[in-house]
Amino acid sequence: MYEFKLPDLGEGIHEGEILKWHVDENTVVAEDAPLVDIETDKAAITIPSPKAGRVMSLNATAGDTVMVGDVVVVIDDGSSGQPQEPSVADERRASRPSESQVEENEKSQAPPASWGPVIAAPATRRLARELNVDIHKVPPTGPAGRVTSDDVRLFAEQPMPLAESAAVQPSTDSPSAETIKPSKQDAAAVANGIPFLDIEPMPNFEEWGPVERTPLRSIRRKVARKMVTSMVLVPHVAHMDEADVTLLEEFRLKEREKREGQPGGRLTLLPFVMKAVTAGLRAAPAFNASLDPFAEEIIYKRYYSLGIAVDTGHGLVVPVVRDTDRKSILQVSQELEQLAGKCRDGTIEVSQLRGGTFTITNVGPLGGTALIPTINYPEVAILGMGRVREKPVVVDGQIVVRKMLPLTLAFDHRIADGADAARFVSEMVRQLSDPTLLMLET
Amino acid sequence: MVVGSLRQETELAIIGGGPGGYVAALRAADLGKEVILIDERDSLGGVCLTEGCIPSKTLIHAVELINSAKAATKAGLTFGEVSVNLDMLRQWTQTVVEGLTKGIGALLKRRGVEVVHGRAVFDSPHSLALQNSDTAGVDFKQCIIATGSRINELPQAYDLPVWTSAQALKIPEVPHRLLVVGGGYIGLEMGLVYAGLGSQVTMAEFLPRLLPGADEDMVDVVVKNCERRFESILTGSTVTAVEQTASGFAVTIDHNGHVLKDEFDQVLVAVGRRPNTDKLGLDTIGVTTNKSGLIDVSQECRTNIPHIYAIGDVTPGPALAHKASREGKVVAEVIAGKHSAFDNRAVPAVVFTDPELAWTGITEREAKERKLDAKVSKFPLSALGRARTMGCAEGFVKIISDPASQLILGVGIVGPHASELIAEGTLALEMGATLEDLTATIHPHPTVSEAIMEASEMAAGTAVHVHSLGT
Repeated sequence: MYEFKLPDLGEGIHEGEILKWHVDENTVVAEDAPLVDIETDKAAITIPSPKAGRVMSLNATAGDTVMVGDVVVVIDDGSSGQPQEPSVADERRASRPSESQVEENEKSQAPPASWGPVIAAPATRRLARELNVDIHKVPPTGPAGRVTSDDVRLFAEQPMPLAESAAVQPSTDSPSAETIKPSKQDAAAVANGIPFLDIEPMPNFEEWGPVERTPLRSIRRKVARKMVTSMVLVPHVAHMDEADVTLLEEFRLKEREKREGQPGGRLTLLPFVMKAVTAGLRAAPAFNASLDPFAEEIIYKRYYSLGIAVDTGHGLVVPVVRDTDRKSILQVSQELEQLAGKCRDGTIEVSQLRGGTFTITNVGPLGGTALIPTINYPEVAILGMGRVREKPVVVDGQIVVRKMLPLTLAFDHRIADGADAARFVSEMVRQLSDPTLLMLET
Repeated sequence: MVVGSLRQETELAIIGGGPGGYVAALRAADLGKEVILIDERDSLGGVCLTEGCIPSKTLIHAVELINSAKAATKAGLTFGEVSVNLDMLRQWTQTVVEGLTKGIGALLKRRGVEVVHGRAVFDSPHSLALQNSDTAGVDFKQCIIATGSRINELPQAYDLPVWTSAQALKIPEVPHRLLVVGGGYIGLEMGLVYAGLGSQVTMAEFLPRLLPGADEDMVDVVVKNCERRFESILTGSTVTAVEQTASGFAVTIDHNGHVLKDEFDQVLVAVGRRPNTDKLGLDTIGVTTNKSGLIDVSQECRTNIPHIYAIGDVTPGPALAHKASREGKVVAEVIAGKHSAFDNRAVPAVVFTDPELAWTGITEREAKERKLDAKVSKFPLSALGRARTMGCAEGFVKIISDPASQLILGVGIVGPHASELIAEGTLALEMGATLEDLTATIHPHPTVSEAIMEASEMAAGTAVHVHSLGT
């Protein structure tokens, strides 16, 4: 009997949501055959079966969130030994308590006193709620097993083992979860402190027609969090311009024809723009920085790694091309091809989604004359590319047809001003208008 | 504007202006919420203020003065026969109530809380329809149900002009012979008021003893005193029939199997209360109630509908004003996004009998029922200087503690000022205090509060004012 535990998926990922099982209970699975699709905050991945054998039990169903270390499936691989004890997932499910269960716990966990709930002063209990600490788990140091405020603070500072951190849910999600449908966000808590911010509960849409409800899943939820954080925290400014890419497009399409089938040969406009951006970032380090609001410091990064927003069909991910200042346009193009492919088939590694210093979103292939992108916080700027179109433009007093690329730089007004952005974008527009300049200057 | 057509909109609607609802309104307004408080009555304060705690304590105080004047003869003071001017007593009670009611109105007004009179019924999850009101309805984002409870009626006297406690508090008359049905705290308090005013009081209680929630040894002290004041106390009794006669009521009582028939000038029915949850339109919006008609809530006072909250007598737990007020503060804080919860360890119970009775935390009987290894220590007030100076030697303070950890589990007090003194016990429970915390705290001398320290010392084995047994 083999108990397959959700493996460590890499940096910072503790949990994932089961998207789809590739196997059923009682079916036979081959070693390395696809077992389950799991979506994490970073990407969707397919996990292969580490053993061959008969699937005895699936411990989670699609939509369930599982933690690293949870037994997600038991496979009879011919080895002996019964799986002992209920799986971590089961235990946790059981520990997401109803109100009455909480009381049971309080009764059974109350030593040394033989009666009553955790011994702690009202202010200490309130502190625990504020710090999102389950006071039952705090080791007491006070007389008669009393939990002090210091005990709670100390406990809150400790990195918690996975299993425990899972048990501590935000208060809106906690004891009453079984009996009371929780609102995922406490609207009042969120709105608190921002004048006029008014988060109304959802109206009953069914009143006006049929609706369908689906849960906000990992990637979507992660995007939602990132975007709200960025929009609330960062004063956005957008600077727009157009680059005349007629010459560049001529050059690109010629080279692309020549290089068809070679690595990096599917030359798009993106790697050229990435090189121009990299050159711009070297000249204007403010756009390659981060602002630490707590330390009140601007962190200038001495490396240039560009994130590229990729639409995977099941969510937005941003793989990072590293050190674009040290790579040729062809190398960048080749790397882009690989990363985009990995994103689409879900094999992207978490490490490839981290460490970007600036992001480009290119919706051009799908259309668009202008867009205002949202900064990929904690970066400070993002470039949006629209669709290249032939347009009538005035050159030397004459109306001529040119290929124009719309560009928008959205940036953090805390650390850069309109003039900085204008210089940055103008420089880029100049370089993209002439491929030889790209060669010379980037 | 056409009267009856006005709809109002607010962030927070609170139904019920009693000690739960008005406190929630004040706290929520202080935390920046826009609040409309809806109450059916003309005056605020709910049952507590208009026909409960406050008028009854005003009358009890008056009766205490009568009894004190009588007791003063021991100290050589004679006042002659005390005469009661009922009109003035009624007026005095009314003055007290009105003063407090107006005070609440002023507090609400200063915070910008709008008070709307009328009966509120949910007609959607975000709106209330109002009846008997100048306002047609109130639209809200969140709502607190704080509609309290009402008096149970006696089925045998359903259509008869017997008294409820609310009517008795108005002292329509002092009947020569009064039957009080119900030996809970309301029956006892009102029985003692009328006995003090001169009625001959008979008390009929269904259960084998009075005040079933309190420990027997504590109740015994009160009962002993009541036996002197009342004509008779009939426990284990069921009122099987009530008939109106020319001069009053003919009542048939099954007293432990014996049928008693007697005539009374008036009958006061005090057989409990039930929650006001049946006419609110809760079904319309899907707020569920349990078998007793109570609304189950989370620690944050949320009902099963997350933006609808409930506090006070409509929720499980003791139907007491101070529980409702605490819940009112919690719910206001929760709605304002604060990390608040009703996780109180104890709700003190207080009975304004003579002597007063109060307890908090676990009772001795509960400890026995749950087979806890609990230590019970009783300090008699007869050993306390201050009690003697008041001519009072009845009563005691009882501390229930955990012998292993010395943790205080419960406190019971019967004696003068028990209602005030119980606060210390409740604080001890909330703080998780041990016996040592109480024994090491200086209690002022000479006061009855010393009895709490003394009882704790007995439990800790460090008492100096009693002879320790066994060592």
